[in-house]
Amino acid sequence: MIDLQGYGPRLLEGALVTVEVAVLSLLLALVLGLLTASAKLSRHRLLHRIATLYTTLIRGVPDLVLMLLLFFGGQMGVNAITDWLYYQFDVDIFININEFVAGVVTIGFIFGAYMGETFRGAFLAVDSGQLEAGRAYGMSSRLIFRRIQFPQMMRHALPGLGNNWMVLLKTTALVSVIGLSDMVRIAAEATKATHEPFLFMIPVAVIYLLIASVSEWGVARLQKRYNVGFGEADEWNN
Amino acid sequence: MEQLNAWFTELLADNAIFTANTLGYYLDGLGNTVRLVFLSLVIGLLLAVPLAIARGSRRKWIKWPVFFYTYVFRGTPLLIQLYMIYYGVVFIEGIQDTILWVVLKDAFFPALIAFTLNTAAYTTEIFHGAIKATSRGEIEAARAYGMSRGLMMRRIILPSAFRRALPAYGNEVIFMLHASAIASVVTIMDLTGAARFVYARFYAPFDAFLFVAAIYLCLTFAILYLFRYLEKKLLAHLKPING
Repeated sequence: MIDLQGYGPRLLEGALVTVEVAVLSLLLALVLGLLTASAKLSRHRLLHRIATLYTTLIRGVPDLVLMLLLFFGGQMGVNAITDWLYYQFDVDIFININEFVAGVVTIGFIFGAYMGETFRGAFLAVDSGQLEAGRAYGMSSRLIFRRIQFPQMMRHALPGLGNNWMVLLKTTALVSVIGLSDMVRIAAEATKATHEPFLFMIPVAVIYLLIASVSEWGVARLQKRYNVGFGEADEWNN
Repeated sequence: MEQLNAWFTELLADNAIFTANTLGYYLDGLGNTVRLVFLSLVIGLLLAVPLAIARGSRRKWIKWPVFFYTYVFRGTPLLIQLYMIYYGVVFIEGIQDTILWVVLKDAFFPALIAFTLNTAAYTTEIFHGAIKATSRGEIEAARAYGMSRGLMMRRIILPSAFRRALPAYGNEVIFMLHASAIASVVTIMDLTGAARFVYARFYAPFDAFLFVAAIYLCLTFAILYLFRYLEKKLLAHLKPING
């Protein structure tokens, strides 16, 4: 077997951190994405503008720059706000922006913009006759969303969501730059200590490929579920 | 010129951070970023065309290695690839004593290799998809004219595939510009590297990073408009007549 020179357990811990960051930022991104899509589809002009500004800015600036900005600037910004709260209202809170929070928030924000575009397209792809039928049955708009709009929207959104998730997973490697001990950082530390780059980088690359393969399988299963009634999903699988 | 200089100095007079000196760092960084991205895109493009043709080959021993290459390079973070090539070169026994070290001690070349291999993998897949989408009629027509496979590739398939690939390739160019920010991790003074330097020197994260974000935003829009212009020119025949 490969001798990882004692770094094996730490690499696994790092892999766990990578997965944690990826899953948490995915959740944030999904919430932000749904909000952005609703804002973009709403008739409210201001909401529409804000959502457009958000997606444009996020997609025009490198992820690393945003992450560094949030990591180094975030604490200052938050401190300024909490200080103000303290002096104005005597509310004493302390929020700590560590590298984990900065990483998850940045990645969540970045992919919220991409998810927003995916969701928007998917909402538009739902046949409006379906919504009318729901209304004709006397369903409330919340019930229509839950029973008709959301399940059918997901069918169109899943391929895009799957792609976004794959890119997001790779983006988590950036948290190693701001000092979070994910598997990339641990592999880099091990490399510097032992001068054996391939010994540590290749296993990390393999773990990324493994996670990607597992999620591909998961997305395919979800796809099957949301495609019930629409025949095989072969148009997406090419 | 002198007037301009005086105007410039006056403009920056009551600004502690953005002195002519720091702006110089940003300018150098801009140069490095543009050089790195441009070179890797051009070399990557040249590599991607034959690879995309090979990717669509019917022979398994040609097709599978290319597929494996694109799968690995698209499935793993660029940062890992960069580390592997950067440290892989630096830690080769005895390389620091050879003449090659003069070139290789600068992180620019390992970064260039990593970026080139990465963008070549993505571009290969983009072109492969575009080649696969060539309509059957075009190929049949070429065959009916008695064209050889090479001629057909050169005259019929590739020109139309390039056009079809244009929007996706534009995204790849922007992606590459943004991905190049990680060059700063291996000590390269690109735009992000300059921002990190200015941040460290003045402890002013907002000024340093927002300024560089604005530069990236401008570059992104420039690329976006360039590709929109190219699409309008090259894809004009696909537009609806009354559009």
